[in-house]
Amino acid sequence: MTTNNSAPIISVNGVNKRYAGGFQALKDINLDIKRGEIFALLGPNGAGKTTLISIICGIVKATSGTIIADGYDTVRDYRAARAAIGLVPQELHTDSFESVWATLKFSRGLFGKASNAAYLEKVLRDLSLWDKRDSKIMALSGGMKRRVLIAKALAHEPTILFLDEPTAGVDVELRHDMWRMVRELRAQGTTVILTTHYIEEAEDMADRIGVINKGELIVVEDKAVLMRKLGQKQLTLTLRQPMTRIPAELAGWSLALTNDGHALVYSFDSQEEETRIAELLRALSKHGIEFKDLRTSESSLEDIFVSLVHQPKGALS
Amino acid sequence: MNIYGIRAIYHFEMARTFRTLWASIAAPVLTTSLYFIVFGKAIGSRMGDIDSISYGAFIIPGLVMLNLLNESISNASFGIYMPRWSGTIYELLSAPISWVEVLMGYVGAAATKSVILGLLILGTARIFVPYEIAHPLWMIAFLLLTAVTFSLFGFIIGLWADNFQKLQVVPMLIVTPLTFLGGAFYSINMLPPLWQKITLFNPVVYLISGFRWSFYGVADVHIGESIGMTFGFLVICLTFVWWVFKTGYKIRN
Repeated sequence: MTTNNSAPIISVNGVNKRYAGGFQALKDINLDIKRGEIFALLGPNGAGKTTLISIICGIVKATSGTIIADGYDTVRDYRAARAAIGLVPQELHTDSFESVWATLKFSRGLFGKASNAAYLEKVLRDLSLWDKRDSKIMALSGGMKRRVLIAKALAHEPTILFLDEPTAGVDVELRHDMWRMVRELRAQGTTVILTTHYIEEAEDMADRIGVINKGELIVVEDKAVLMRKLGQKQLTLTLRQPMTRIPAELAGWSLALTNDGHALVYSFDSQEEETRIAELLRALSKHGIEFKDLRTSESSLEDIFVSLVHQPKGALS
Repeated sequence: MNIYGIRAIYHFEMARTFRTLWASIAAPVLTTSLYFIVFGKAIGSRMGDIDSISYGAFIIPGLVMLNLLNESISNASFGIYMPRWSGTIYELLSAPISWVEVLMGYVGAAATKSVILGLLILGTARIFVPYEIAHPLWMIAFLLLTAVTFSLFGFIIGLWADNFQKLQVVPMLIVTPLTFLGGAFYSINMLPPLWQKITLFNPVVYLISGFRWSFYGVADVHIGESIGMTFGFLVICLTFVWWVFKTGYKIRN
């Protein structure tokens, strides 16, 4: 196998997963993850995010399809593929009675690496766990246990790191620490794939976004492109005099009146070269509608996400 | 081969034993000592020899086997059930390690613990009862073979069980009664003819008989049958484990 830096580090091809009970968790998933990027996989609960991650990592068998990780087929060359991957699971699964140091040593050995105390010390120090190295995991707080899981995932020096809802239930400080660490990992060349419920974090962190819903990957896009393509801008005009309805002459404009009648909201496509704002303002003036303030706003990734998962199938194509 | 992976599992499991030394080692040794005191000394002194062997010495192979079977099963079943129960099995499933290597780690550790315990019980027995080992190499071979076979059996139980009760059901309700009825405390030749025939359906009879033969050169059934039955059970366990890993039964689905 030869390493090609421009080739995707993970390539998911036609993956389906149907459980024994008949439930189809994944439907024909095709996805490429670029080497060195932070990829955010978003989707509502039960969308198939964890199933997809579990299949890539070897925890769950796919019904059909293939996955290449770091150049290796995850089934045929599972040893090489899995050696490249670290996984931080969603749930706090830990060996409660073990010490932090012992569980890290176990993880490194399990993944086929010789003992390296200096490296493990660095991992623990980076995660502010060094002082806890001799503590039993059961004695740690939830946030600390989460750090231990990250340390375990990093113990064998993976080039791909999966973070499945890593900040669920952790405090703000730890969350910020984690995202700092993710950025550092990316800077060192690690590819990071994360799922999160905090969409603002994906907005802040990710290079690319994938949205999965009901087992289908409905969009994969560069974050900036996604927000430009699917985002909307709004111009809010605070009226000098409240209105009860929009004049019929302005029906051709994408205008909405707020409930209290004190503001008009004009929605326009951020992709359009010509927003026609000046034309709208002239039309308002012509009809004697005066305003005392105006502001523009842009849809967040969360707005885009909500609209994506609620729009009918095929609407994107 | 992922040698580091095998070692990691093996050391992890052995560390668990040393962490729970009283429950893992001291308790079975103490219990067996009580057997020797009650059956070997107090009651045994009033009983006649069996096959020219003092009663105290006669029960040694049976008691070792009783502990060996139970400890092998419980060590291996607990070893693989705990990660399933706590959820840490995700790490095992996502690691670059084959199931043969996983087996080597878990079964190797469980069998090691059982053999250590068996040898400790033999050492303890020496305090209470004088005995000779006629075929020491065969004794070691039986000890190892039985420990590995029943550790494999325990591993299967650990995969099958979905609660702690199920984990205990097979050792408590099947293996212990079969051992007690398998000639641990008596020769099956002492039973009425009909019961002698029925007893031959108990696989533990062959294990205890073979193990006792390695000590005293006398057996309830032919030594060849004992070896054959032990290997037969090993093959059955290996076949089942192979099927489990091939299908991902209760693991990857």
